[in-house]
Amino acid sequence: MSVLVYIESENGKFKKASYEAASYAKGVADQLGTTVTAISINANDNASLGNYGVSKVLNVANDKLAKFNAEAYADAIAQAAKNEDAKVVVIGQTANDKYIAPILAVDLEAGYASNVVELPSSTAPFQVKRTAFTNKAFNVTNISTDVKVIGVSKNAYGLVENNTEASIEDFAPTLADGDFTVNVESVDKAKDKVTIADAEIVVSGGRGLKGPENWGMIEDLAETLGAATACSKPVSDMGWRPHSEHVGQTGKPVASNLYIAVGISGAIQHLAGINASKTKVVINNDPEAPFFKAADYGIVGDAFEVLPKLTEKLKEFKANNA
Amino acid sequence: MKILVCISHVPDTTSKINFTDGDTKFDTNGVQFVINPNDEFGLTRAMWFKEKQGASVDVVNVGGAETEPTLRKALAIGADNAIRVNTEAKDGFQVAKELAKVAKDGNYDLVIAGRESIDYNGGMVPGMMAKILGANFVNTCVSLEVDGDKATAIREIDGGKETLTASLPLVIGGQKGLVEESDLKIPNMRGIMMARKKPLNVVEPSNAEAFTSSEKFEKPAPKGDVKLVSEDNLDELINLLHNEAKVI
Ligand SMILES: Cc1cc2nc3c(=O)[nH]c(=O)nc-3n(C[C@H](O)[C@H](O)[C@H](O)COP(=O)(O)OP(=O)(O)OC[C@H]3O[C@@H](n4cnc5c(N)ncnc54)[C@H](O)[C@@H]3O)c2cc1C
Ligand SMILES: Nc1ncnc2c1ncn2[C@@H]1O[C@H](COP(=O)(O)O)[C@@H](O)[C@H]1O
Repeated sequence: MSVLVYIESENGKFKKASYEAASYAKGVADQLGTTVTAISINANDNASLGNYGVSKVLNVANDKLAKFNAEAYADAIAQAAKNEDAKVVVIGQTANDKYIAPILAVDLEAGYASNVVELPSSTAPFQVKRTAFTNKAFNVTNISTDVKVIGVSKNAYGLVENNTEASIEDFAPTLADGDFTVNVESVDKAKDKVTIADAEIVVSGGRGLKGPENWGMIEDLAETLGAATACSKPVSDMGWRPHSEHVGQTGKPVASNLYIAVGISGAIQHLAGINASKTKVVINNDPEAPFFKAADYGIVGDAFEVLPKLTEKLKEFKANNA
Repeated sequence: MKILVCISHVPDTTSKINFTDGDTKFDTNGVQFVINPNDEFGLTRAMWFKEKQGASVDVVNVGGAETEPTLRKALAIGADNAIRVNTEAKDGFQVAKELAKVAKDGNYDLVIAGRESIDYNGGMVPGMMAKILGANFVNTCVSLEVDGDKATAIREIDGGKETLTASLPLVIGGQKGLVEESDLKIPNMRGIMMARKKPLNVVEPSNAEAFTSSEKFEKPAPKGDVKLVSEDNLDELINLLHNEAKVI
């Protein structure tokens, strides 16, 4: 019996969220007095998983899995879980992870808790804390099945280093034709742009910026910080920015280290989606804007004056601290 | 084409979230319930299939009698029939099993659910339902076309989009993009009058088992006061972000 963790890779590389899932799996394995086995698919850097407590890596190298396929990936992970007799299967919460996990849970007849933010508070009964009501609250959930699937939220448990020697074994799941009935025809992904999902810092603009022509200021600040850009819902509804940048309760969730909101009032639906971010900064010319109640740091001022100055100062800071 | 739209009945997005009974139950006092926003986009896309491709559209909810006004609203928007599976929704698995049974019994070609519901926000029901049915599945779906038994869907991925093809039967987890915000329909008087006469069938559950249960709820810890920094002293903000928050 071990704890199995699925480690997502992109173009062969692991991301921070993958190492967070490994760290979390190690935490659960310690509670259960067992070890962590990871499964990775077409990844290059399996040995690095040892740094986060993984003892064994099941390395799947298979051209049929070169393109992401939720059904086939779930099938491979389920087979690994059965081989390892894993009672707990940990997965991250990226878009692909959220696509795989429910399929995997059915495969394993396992109870599934998504958006989990802490280690189990108890393992018998098995209890985890997850966000509910789109981040407005938490729910402590009991999982009663023998096998459990846990989806661990980004930036919640964090990275925990743990020097372990990871052995690497090849693993060849048996894949059926039925796994490949949804086909990826094309992928359209912005290169060299930080995505909201991966970003440590997000700079977000609202209706206070008056129009799409003013977004250069947001992009300059974001570029200086290596941040992703985001926006409030009306901004995407009006077509000032693409829908993919809409964050909030009905848009993308944000769980970055730093969230900078510019010209955003702080409506309850906006805050629900971003309040998992660790540190929040608001820049707004109205001191009564509700965002000031939710933020850690605030500047009452005109974005059109503050932003260029702030970007300049940050460039200096970066230059001096490089 | 027979379409089934899964409707989750959720607190309006402006609701204050409070709990009762020793933090074990959601406090519905003063809360308005609505069609889950992701499902509203899906329902509106289903109406498009009805108008342009002659599809039939049924809506379904797993829940008690209190969800019927939400199903009536879906009928007023234009769905043909509503089905309520008469049991309390306990967890994603149980709901997925009940919905899968309705989808199978009714021989639906396309099942439209939402990426996630904004109450429990499990993000699990559509994928589980698809796997139970042995149907194809596309999550975070932002565009859907159907031609005969072939579907072309666009899914949102982290940092981009992916175009997928699959044959029916298909289940999707939908969201904004399936239709635009401006396409969403507010039921008109005629729709509301007609909805009163449309069938709302109450079916008994198959008593599917739940695999998880709610122990209790917690509210986030109250936040400290905001630290205001003068716009003439931006160095101070940078100092705080670097040395206090340690985020830059
Ligand atoms: C069902 C539903 C779901 C929703 N989901 C979401 C969601 O997911 N995400 C979301 O964001 N919203 C959502 N909303 C919308 C939400 O209620 C608000 O309408 C929206 O967040 C407001 O956007 P805003 O802050 O950009 O605009 P506004 O509320 O118009 O605020 C603009 C702010 O800019 C400030 N400002 C103006 N000029 C300047 C200046 N020169 N410098 C600095 N500040 C300035 C103003 O003081 C004001 O506070 C939802 C609404 C509904 C009904
Ligand atoms: N009780 C329910 N009745 C009908 N559909 C539901 C129910 N719960 C969830 N769904 C559907 O499943 C989607 C995702 O829900 P969830 O997995 O709870 O986040 C929702 O958007 C609905 O389409």
